[in-house]
Amino acid sequence: MSGTGRTGRAAGAEPAGGSPRRRSRRLVGGLRTRLVVTFVVVALISAVTATALAYRDARTAVLRRTQDAAVNDVRARVTAVAADFDLPPDQRSLGRFAAKVSDGLGARIVVARYQDLVAVSDPLADTEGRITVELRSAVRAGDGTRFQRVMWRDEPYLVVGMPVTYADGDRRFSGLEVFAITDLRAERDDTAALLDSVRAGILPVVVVAALLALLAAGTVLRPVRKLGRATGELAEGDLGSRVEVKGHDELADLARTFNETADALQASDARLREQEAKARRFVADVSHELRTPLAAMTMVATVLEEDADQLPPDAARAARTVGAETARLARLVEDLMEISRFDANAIRLNATEADLADAVRASLALRGWTERVEVRLAEGVRAVVDRRRVDVIVANLVGNALRHGAPPVTVTLATRTGPARRSTTLPSTDPTTVTSPHAGDEDEWVTLEVADHGPGLPPEARERVFDRFYKADAARTRSAADTGGQGSGLGTAIALENARLHGGTIGVAEGPQGGAVFTLWLPLRRTGEDAE
Amino acid sequence: MPHVLLIEDDASVRDGMELVLRRHGYDVDTAATGEEALALLDAPDGARIELAVLDLMLPGMDGFEVCRRVRARTATLPVIMLTARGDDHDIVTGLEAGADDYVVKPVTAPVLEARIRAALRRAEPTGAPGPVGAAGARPPGGEDFAGLVIDRAGLTVTKHGAVIPLPPTELRLLLELSASPGRVFSREQLLASVWDHTFLGDSRLVDAAVGRLRAKLEDVPARPRYVQTVRGFGYRFGPL
Repeated sequence: MSGTGRTGRAAGAEPAGGSPRRRSRRLVGGLRTRLVVTFVVVALISAVTATALAYRDARTAVLRRTQDAAVNDVRARVTAVAADFDLPPDQRSLGRFAAKVSDGLGARIVVARYQDLVAVSDPLADTEGRITVELRSAVRAGDGTRFQRVMWRDEPYLVVGMPVTYADGDRRFSGLEVFAITDLRAERDDTAALLDSVRAGILPVVVVAALLALLAAGTVLRPVRKLGRATGELAEGDLGSRVEVKGHDELADLARTFNETADALQASDARLREQEAKARRFVADVSHELRTPLAAMTMVATVLEEDADQLPPDAARAARTVGAETARLARLVEDLMEISRFDANAIRLNATEADLADAVRASLALRGWTERVEVRLAEGVRAVVDRRRVDVIVANLVGNALRHGAPPVTVTLATRTGPARRSTTLPSTDPTTVTSPHAGDEDEWVTLEVADHGPGLPPEARERVFDRFYKADAARTRSAADTGGQGSGLGTAIALENARLHGGTIGVAEGPQGGAVFTLWLPLRRTGEDAE
Repeated sequence: MPHVLLIEDDASVRDGMELVLRRHGYDVDTAATGEEALALLDAPDGARIELAVLDLMLPGMDGFEVCRRVRARTATLPVIMLTARGDDHDIVTGLEAGADDYVVKPVTAPVLEARIRAALRRAEPTGAPGPVGAAGARPPGGEDFAGLVIDRAGLTVTKHGAVIPLPPTELRLLLELSASPGRVFSREQLLASVWDHTFLGDSRLVDAAVGRLRAKLEDVPARPRYVQTVRGFGYRFGPL
């Protein structure tokens, strides 16, 4: 007999791999994305930093070379030209001087000044903006060649200024100043080209970095994904799921640990299963062992009871007691077996579609309670139930009401929609798992209320009334009007287990006029399934 | 004096049952093992036995096997299983092996007796359900349902001329269903009318009997023509 020890996932459970919402979160915050982003950022930072440093150095070097060349050229040319230049100059000779200096310097604009005279090698060029006051004053201060980089009309220029000194002895300042303006656009373009080539190189660098990151992510993620899959399988109940251990890195360690854990889990699961199987076998064995003598006693007790009238009074009493107690023992063993079967998961629901009003009436009639109970049964309520188990529940609830409560006992069958209201108190064990995929407001239930008008149950008894062998206080137990002898103390627990087996539950509450109200909730499933 | 064969390995249970049944006017043969029981049935006076009460847990050959062999020998002997377990598996397997009914140990004398009486009534050659009327109203030789001939008077079923021996419960079930072809019977109705259960019967009795009946009547038991299932309601005979 294969008792269903394990419950698989409920139908409609989330498929492995998570909900779409989790998937999208993973895209944003996933390991792969984070790795790629990190790699790219690192690559960018290093590329940009290296470029910046290289650019700065290159630019400085280029500029310095240009400056040095310009300064040297100017100085050499001016020295050469100034050697046969007579002071003081007039405008024309100054102009010639400037032109001469400029000729030897290539495409440079040369400005020569002598006190108020100014001569420019290129008369069309505007030079005022490029020769700054500070340069002029520095030159006039007369300590050698000066130069300055200026931006004029957004273009870079190098302006070299030098005072012309007398060649003889004391090297006095002659009053003649020469300024040469060199165009730096070519150098700027050179360094800009460097930047452009770096900019063009950045994209491949980023792509390569991303690819590398993906590769790295792959090597990390593949084992992680495998582990994830294996863990999922483990969670699904496949305890034989293992992962391949490759290499000696941390992931391999993790895989090894996973396998060891799974081994341990499988071993303990096997042990548990074995114990469960043993327990189930034990129940079956005990069941058989107990029932055999009970079967014999039950049979012969009948004979004793039948003949009790012909026995002497004492023997008659003894015979009747033996009969009654044998029946009670038989019931107790029966209930004990039943609850053990629930514990061992050796219970199968034998469900067929049935008319519940008929079922309730049949249960009452079977026990001769029809006259003692007021019924208000909704007709035509059909649901898929196990008739025998519903009978057990009805018999238990009504039997308790008749035994412990006071008349009138009313039994009400109705249908309700919405979540099962499980009264003020519930059995302390886990709540019913509602099987419908949209639990809550749309649920349809069949409810069977069994109400009595006795003293009711005190709150603490309501908490415990479904516990095994729990007997409510003496006030509620009336030994008179005993319909079927003493209960076994397991009836309510069995009734609740049977309700749960159907996906329902039993609640208990205080009636409006006192007394106890037990309510059975069963899901109203109409989909007929045939026990073929 | 109905003659009952008790097959039970536990001496006390056997004695207790025998005592009770004898007191209530039954002739009782007892057997402690399946082999012993089969030997009694095979004996020259084995035909006296009208019903077997069979414990499932037997030393040697178990009750299921005994049941199958009894069915192989005689189609008509009612068999009531005694199960000490009441496990679904036992009950279903026992019914599939051909038992007509089952009781769970410990069983009280009144319940056992009621079951024995009901099983014997099913085996009686009278009181067959059917259209009310004189015997002459029935077609001689029985009604023909597409090659399946059911003779309500003679209580025989033939298919294409070959007699199909049916155990009493299956025969009653077929008679009940075929009395109103096309009408749907719920399992509860069938339990009340065929098994005579005045208690809350087990619908598996009906399902198992239908299954055994189909195995004997239908060309393709998986696609029944005669005894059809009406999902969620029960069974009906036909329509052919």
